[in-house]
Amino acid sequence: MHPVLRTVLQRLGLGLLTLLAVSVIIFSSLELLPGGFAEAILGQGATPETVAAFNKSLGLDRPPVTRYFEWLWGASQFDFGRSFAGAGGWREENVREVSTIIGPRLYNTFFLAAVTAVIAVPLALVLGLLCALYRNSWFDRIANATTLTTIASPEFFVAYILVFFLAVKLRWFPPLSTVSATTPFLEHLYKAMLPALTLTMVIVAHMMRMTRASIISLLSSPYIEMAKLKGLEPRKVIVKHALPNAWAPIATVIAFNLAYLVVGVVVVEVVFTYPGIGQLMVDSVSSRDMPVAQACALIFAATYILLNLLADIVAIVTNPRLLHPR
Amino acid sequence: MTEFESRLQLASKAVSQGKLSRRDFMSFAIAGGMTIVGAQLAFTKAARAQAKPGGHFRAGLGHGNTTDTFDPATFAHGLNFGWGRSLTGATLTRVDSKNNVTPYLAESFEPSDGAKKWVFKLRKGVTFHNGKALTSDDVVGTINYHNGPDSKSAGKAYLGGVASVKADGPETVVFELKGADADFPYAFAQYQFPILSITDGKPDVSGLGAGPYVLDGFEPGVRAHFKRNPNAFAPGNFDEVTQLTILDPAARTNAYLSGEVDYIDRVDLKTIDLLKNAPDTAIYDVSGFQHYTAPMLTDLAPFDKLEVRQALKWAINRQELVDKVLFGYGKPGNDTPVAPTLKFATNPEPAHTYDPEKAKSILKKAGLEGLKVDLSAADAAFAGSVDAALLMAEHAKAAGIEINVIREPNDGYWDNVWLKKAWCHCYWGGRPTADTMMTVSLAESASWNDTHWKNARFNELLPLARGETDETKRATMYAEMQQLIHDDGGQMVLMFANFVGAMSTKLGHGDFNSDNDFDGGYMYDRWWFV
Amino acid sequence: MTAEHADIRSIKGRRSFGQNVWRTLKSAPPTAIFGMAVIAFYLFCALFAPWIAPYGESEIVGKAYQTSSAQHWFGTDQIGRDTVSRVLYGARNTIGIALLTVLISFSIGGVLGIYAAVTRGWLDLVLSRIVDVLMSIPVLIFALMLLAMAGKSVWNLIFILALLDSTRVFRLARNTALSVAVQDFVEAARLRGEGMRWVVLREIVPNILPPLIAEFGLRFCFVFLTISALSFLGVGIQPPTADWGSMVAESKTLITFGRPQPLIPAAAIALLTISVNFVVDWFLHKTSGLRDEK
Repeated sequence: MHPVLRTVLQRLGLGLLTLLAVSVIIFSSLELLPGGFAEAILGQGATPETVAAFNKSLGLDRPPVTRYFEWLWGASQFDFGRSFAGAGGWREENVREVSTIIGPRLYNTFFLAAVTAVIAVPLALVLGLLCALYRNSWFDRIANATTLTTIASPEFFVAYILVFFLAVKLRWFPPLSTVSATTPFLEHLYKAMLPALTLTMVIVAHMMRMTRASIISLLSSPYIEMAKLKGLEPRKVIVKHALPNAWAPIATVIAFNLAYLVVGVVVVEVVFTYPGIGQLMVDSVSSRDMPVAQACALIFAATYILLNLLADIVAIVTNPRLLHPR
Repeated sequence: MTEFESRLQLASKAVSQGKLSRRDFMSFAIAGGMTIVGAQLAFTKAARAQAKPGGHFRAGLGHGNTTDTFDPATFAHGLNFGWGRSLTGATLTRVDSKNNVTPYLAESFEPSDGAKKWVFKLRKGVTFHNGKALTSDDVVGTINYHNGPDSKSAGKAYLGGVASVKADGPETVVFELKGADADFPYAFAQYQFPILSITDGKPDVSGLGAGPYVLDGFEPGVRAHFKRNPNAFAPGNFDEVTQLTILDPAARTNAYLSGEVDYIDRVDLKTIDLLKNAPDTAIYDVSGFQHYTAPMLTDLAPFDKLEVRQALKWAINRQELVDKVLFGYGKPGNDTPVAPTLKFATNPEPAHTYDPEKAKSILKKAGLEGLKVDLSAADAAFAGSVDAALLMAEHAKAAGIEINVIREPNDGYWDNVWLKKAWCHCYWGGRPTADTMMTVSLAESASWNDTHWKNARFNELLPLARGETDETKRATMYAEMQQLIHDDGGQMVLMFANFVGAMSTKLGHGDFNSDNDFDGGYMYDRWWFV
Repeated sequence: MTAEHADIRSIKGRRSFGQNVWRTLKSAPPTAIFGMAVIAFYLFCALFAPWIAPYGESEIVGKAYQTSSAQHWFGTDQIGRDTVSRVLYGARNTIGIALLTVLISFSIGGVLGIYAAVTRGWLDLVLSRIVDVLMSIPVLIFALMLLAMAGKSVWNLIFILALLDSTRVFRLARNTALSVAVQDFVEAARLRGEGMRWVVLREIVPNILPPLIAEFGLRFCFVFLTISALSFLGVGIQPPTADWGSMVAESKTLITFGRPQPLIPAAAIALLTISVNFVVDWFLHKTSGLRDEK
């Protein structure tokens, strides 16, 4: 079997097992957390009677193992069930399918991740290449220190600084990114700009440093020395000879950061009130809304697995020794 | 008041009703000796008092999450106040800014049989958003929805005294109570009780109601959008209303400062002085019923000893708590949970101020020197609870009391700490009447009696006062009860917190309600754009 | 051959350890010297905070939110504590917590990772799968859940962050150790009959140290950031403990008004991160064997 295909199949199989394990962890964590959905919703108003009534109507009075397998059976057929929220009422229209809750938010999350990636990945690569080319110059040091500062500042701090200058003072961008399903594309783009810039500042440093480091580490290889001795100019050496061999580690770190853009942006979502999936997961965990929390966790895990798989494929494809094994 | 002043007042009133033009008002005021600038200011002020329809009111609120629904049985937080009271929902009665109960969907309500029976007459010609006429069946169905055996509603707590509710024709509802209750109509002004449309015995909990606004778009945890209901019997002033959920206080402030919203609630008090200086900004600051407490379980050692409770009450510097935890936006409590703005509120003597020497001598007399107690705190109890607990520990040191502050997790605070730990922090949103406040938190049998306080005299007076229709006799009884709570109870009322927000000066308003935040939840149909 | 070896050793032997350190330091680039100076200054503040700080960590010394004055250089915080003192104590808590977290995560992740790489077999398989699963759950959300379960004490925070971080360390240690373990010199040592301990300590660990130390530097800084994100969501270090991440989170609204208070702890974090990374870069450069042509 072709190595790429074999890796893909093997990883997808393992990925499914991982997803299963993640769902067990999330489910048992929610079970172990103090309080349940009823207590979380009712707050101080949770008397034993109202809690019992709530739990009964949600079927939470049955043993956890039964409920888990019921959920699993549904999930295996892509039916993620219904959110607990609203399920206590009398009328069907308040009961929301998990898929209808998650759908638009997932789109928003991917939208933001895509916008950020379009800005951040090329920026990081170019900066990384330039830093490698002019290593130890002032340009290198300043780029390094600047990106380190942004990576070392808490995300919300970067976000508030951007809001202060770009939204409150200059009024170029809105401070809130409250988009909805009906928001037109360009408006969505405009409103997502500040969160995207914030995230760009947060992730560029990591990718840039990795690009720089992997290229520099190749510079001492004999074949690069050879290219240099041939009299090629440094720019060509780096772009034509070093870069193709540096793709594997760069792809890994890009994959890691792209995964972060999907799963780790809850703080930025809170600051800009951007209706993404991170906030949804935090909300559903704190209100113990198991079906929603599970679905979010599975999406996160799947994103992580798929992006890592993609990075590995890039590593195989760019490495002839792996692509054409003996 | 001079004659000119009283005439000026009349003139201002005429302006506010649109009966007097700017020119006429100015010439009158200047003739009376006012400067031109002064007269202009007076005119603007008077003109602002006139409600005007129009505009899109956008409120940035620190409430709401992805699990929200329009089912009133789940109503609990700030967005819901408006939903139940002045957006989609309409209640039978309303509470005005002086905490009197006034008719709304009910045209009138009359007690009989010594306040054991109440007859509510409904306003004629009221329709729900879908055009269906409001009838007494809808009212009965709504009450039963909250009061049924399987009910999950927090509103159930208000309905414990209802023996039966019956429709008497399409416009009359008759309540029979288990015991007399002179305050009964207050219950139906609560935000949990918007009247629901009942079809085939089932209530519509999708946000359809008889209120001044129609729901026009709802994304839980993000925003809710409403349009004026032209068919409402009392439509709101705004053309459109948007509630935006912005949980992060700094993000709320940013949204306000950049003009994305016209009003924000729960202003970050740390920075309120900076916010005050923002252009066209007024601070919404209303002393409410909300209070922060430190309940002691009076059946657990050492709080079973009266002297311990008394000493602790003297050992806390409440003024400093108000200054540091509420940044001055509040009032120190005096160990009665009845808010000073409520009817029948008293300020029992001697007022519990900070007197560590007195606390020390009380303990010394009882031979309890070197008292050590644990205090559980978490910011789930109220914002700044942990800071407050640490301050309390500092204060009590001077009285020779060692308070060991235990930081509890926020998650599950109400399940695992409150009502379980001997001494902890708690907050109360407050209740519309002295009776409901006491009944819910201090009555012997109350499930939220968070001090396990069982005072025979207090529990004897409680139902008597509730059923008494003679206001003076009632006031005497409430005064005695508040004195008992103050002297003997385990409830340490640390402070009353104000509702603090920021609003654009473009918003006009009347006197604010103090029973809930957001002008009692009525801001959406009471306020207007100038 | 052997003579040559002896020769090199004897030359090295003439320099004392101190001289070696000094020689290395002298050759350090200005960035690394800057980084080391900053780290030394931070460590000094952290160790001697109680003596340097003008006031106590949670001592209330004045009105809330004063601006800077002669008594309080950076003003006071929300309940009237001196900001300078909080920042100094913050150095102690922040660095202490971060260091402890990273040490624990490296002991767990590093040891298990190397062990898995050397032994392979079922243990490696099981550990790798567990790590895969743990890594595919978002750190922040996982930490939120675990903290809600275990309670929000500082120790719980340290252990939970260390546990979550150790997955990343495990992966790095295992992968690098694996790449070393298959190389010829390790094979030779094994064939020579050296014990497992010897192989690991003498052959593998020295060869995988550079990437691990680089990771150590980065992880160390990420711990502050995770803590400050948790504080932002309300579950970080609990008051009255001063810690920079939480201090930024507590005073965040001030940024909206262009006030500088939140900049102080944020700058403290940023400066430390930059310094640590400068030193790490230099270290990597020294160990990578790459000589930059001038």
